[in-house]
Amino acid sequence: MHKSEKIWLTLSFGMMMLFMLTMGYHAFSQGMYPPGGMERIDPQKVDETPPFDRPGIRQVGENEYEVVMTLEAFVFAPTEIEVPAGSTVHFKLTSKDVIHGFQITGTNANGMVIPGYVLNITQTFDRSGKYLVLCNEYCGAGHAYMSGTVTVL
Amino acid sequence: MTAHVQPLTERLNRVFGVHPKDAQVTKSYLLVAFAALLVGGLCGLLQGLNRAGLLELPSWFDYYQVLTTHGFTLVVIFSGFFMIGYFYSALSHTLGGLLPRVRKMAWTGFGLGTLGSLMVVVMVLLKEASVMYTFYPPMRAHPVFYFGLVLIVLGIWTCCFGAFIQVADWRKRHKGQHLPILAFFATGAFILTLGATAFVAVEVIVLILPWSLGWVDTINVMLARTLFWAFGHTAVNIWYLTAVSAWYAVVPRVIGGTLWNDTLTRVVVVALMIMNITGGFHHQIVDPGITNPIKYMHVFMSLAIGFPSLMTAYALFAVMERAGRRKGGKGVFGWLKKLPWGDVRFVSPFVAMLAFAPAGAGGIAQTTYQLDSVVHNTMWIPGHFHLTLGMSTAMTFFGLSYWLIPHLSGRVLTPAINRLGLIQTAIWTAAMIVMGFAMHTAGLLGMPRRTEFATYGDFAASLGWDPYLPLLGIGAVLLLIGVVIQVYAVVHLAFFAPKGVTEFPVAEKEPGDVSGYWTERWGVWVSLMIIVVAMAYVVPIVDMIANAPPGSPPYRTW
Repeated sequence: MHKSEKIWLTLSFGMMMLFMLTMGYHAFSQGMYPPGGMERIDPQKVDETPPFDRPGIRQVGENEYEVVMTLEAFVFAPTEIEVPAGSTVHFKLTSKDVIHGFQITGTNANGMVIPGYVLNITQTFDRSGKYLVLCNEYCGAGHAYMSGTVTVL
Repeated sequence: MTAHVQPLTERLNRVFGVHPKDAQVTKSYLLVAFAALLVGGLCGLLQGLNRAGLLELPSWFDYYQVLTTHGFTLVVIFSGFFMIGYFYSALSHTLGGLLPRVRKMAWTGFGLGTLGSLMVVVMVLLKEASVMYTFYPPMRAHPVFYFGLVLIVLGIWTCCFGAFIQVADWRKRHKGQHLPILAFFATGAFILTLGATAFVAVEVIVLILPWSLGWVDTINVMLARTLFWAFGHTAVNIWYLTAVSAWYAVVPRVIGGTLWNDTLTRVVVVALMIMNITGGFHHQIVDPGITNPIKYMHVFMSLAIGFPSLMTAYALFAVMERAGRRKGGKGVFGWLKKLPWGDVRFVSPFVAMLAFAPAGAGGIAQTTYQLDSVVHNTMWIPGHFHLTLGMSTAMTFFGLSYWLIPHLSGRVLTPAINRLGLIQTAIWTAAMIVMGFAMHTAGLLGMPRRTEFATYGDFAASLGWDPYLPLLGIGAVLLLIGVVIQVYAVVHLAFFAPKGVTEFPVAEKEPGDVSGYWTERWGVWVSLMIIVVAMAYVVPIVDMIANAPPGSPPYRTW
């Protein structure tokens, strides 16, 4: 093997390792995990299962809210959410039918809502304004019309 | 006169390794591949125009039917049929002709794959299967759609085993010898294909079919999705490995060079084969139902594939530099001038290689634990695979077609078609740059993928997507022009170009470049692959089955 190739491969290997370590550090010691969660739910009994029997927003602390939301073709419930600027919002999401996506444009809140599971996403809204919530996984004929808003006052 | 010339051409063809019956096999696969390219390209045009806000699609052929057809014809049929046709001709050429029973298997695979593809496409056109090429349950397509998928998988398996029989037979007759390099690539690619399709076969046959026929009421959605991505992620990497085989073994010959390093080339094949299936969860980083450490392990395994790709990057440019310098190229960049810039067989795959730099970097970004949330399911993702598949893979396949098809049809590449190929390469490159830029940027601004033209009230305008939409339309129009030129060139080279002999270019080794026989220990490589796959999948899959939530009934939402 040529010397330059050895140098290139060593650098490549080091770069990948550094990348992995940085990512691992952010995740495991700073808690920057991707959205997820291991809670399960019967997808055919969402309406009867707490907390999804009463979708909506409730305050859980100072500047802290929990939004319980159900997704079905082609609606987010609740569709419109209002929070004060500076709030941290914990979204709990589940689907009543097919797989949907949940994305708040202008933020990094983005995840898959899969029937049978509860997806947890936490997002802090510092800037006031109106944010678009949209379904970003194809879910049927009305997919492009599945949207909502988060208004930060 | 002709009577005298004809046998000479045939003899020459034999010397150059064309076996007429094998040529027929590959020609048939390639013609289906390019027919799929035409259909997929037309659908791409309709999508681009819709997304640009210029075209409202009729209800009997709506955006999601168009998109499902586009994805399926290009990601599965074009790439799959090209890969099988190309590798079968490589096996025929480098291993002394296909065995009669292997040729029969190739035809069986062709029949199964073509019939299966037709069943799938017809169901989509009838609006019975607007489920995208990922067909995530609990959306349920017509059962014929799934039977079509089963036939395709059976066809692919027939071709995999045909290749294994061919290779095993050659090894038995050539004890202690290394498999020729392209046959080595083919073996690795077919092993990977078998491993990947095993997952999707379980998904379709065990989970989906009984459920779609109504024999069981519910389906394990998460398990199906996970099995799909064990296949789906690997499939694109199989097309990539196919392109890589040409970069290592064909392009050096076209530019008058030699193989970079026989051992390292084989190591890259083995590494890509062992590590590929295990990255599937990077498509599921923002899914629930998978623990954080397991997601992290999959991210690690996905990024590990970056290492053999970086080995490849070095090798490709080192080969070009060496060839250029031997032709008298001086100075730091003088060797570049000595490369055959007027030869489409080089230029098209060269652009493909260059495209893999941004494509690979974007892939690494979106595979990371935290950055995935920024781009997941946005237009960034199709932007990414229009670079990887649409440029790196497709442009390599296009470049191969300019010698592979005349080689098989006993014709020659004329200067006129070569010039046309260069024009095609320029159009395709410009179009994909426009398209890739627009898609990546719109994706960063939050524009979702797999969504027909939508303004979300007045939101889309305020989000800054609008300037990029016309670019999608322009890209799609240019790409369709590229597709039409490419298909014309293929048909011309297959049926109308002047008769003659075209070489199957395979690079020779450098003098003194000898590999250890350890690279041929396929039993070890396959065992390692199974161990790594087991590490990645046994724990999460057992968890998804043992702790499964109640399943989902079928839905039809289109």
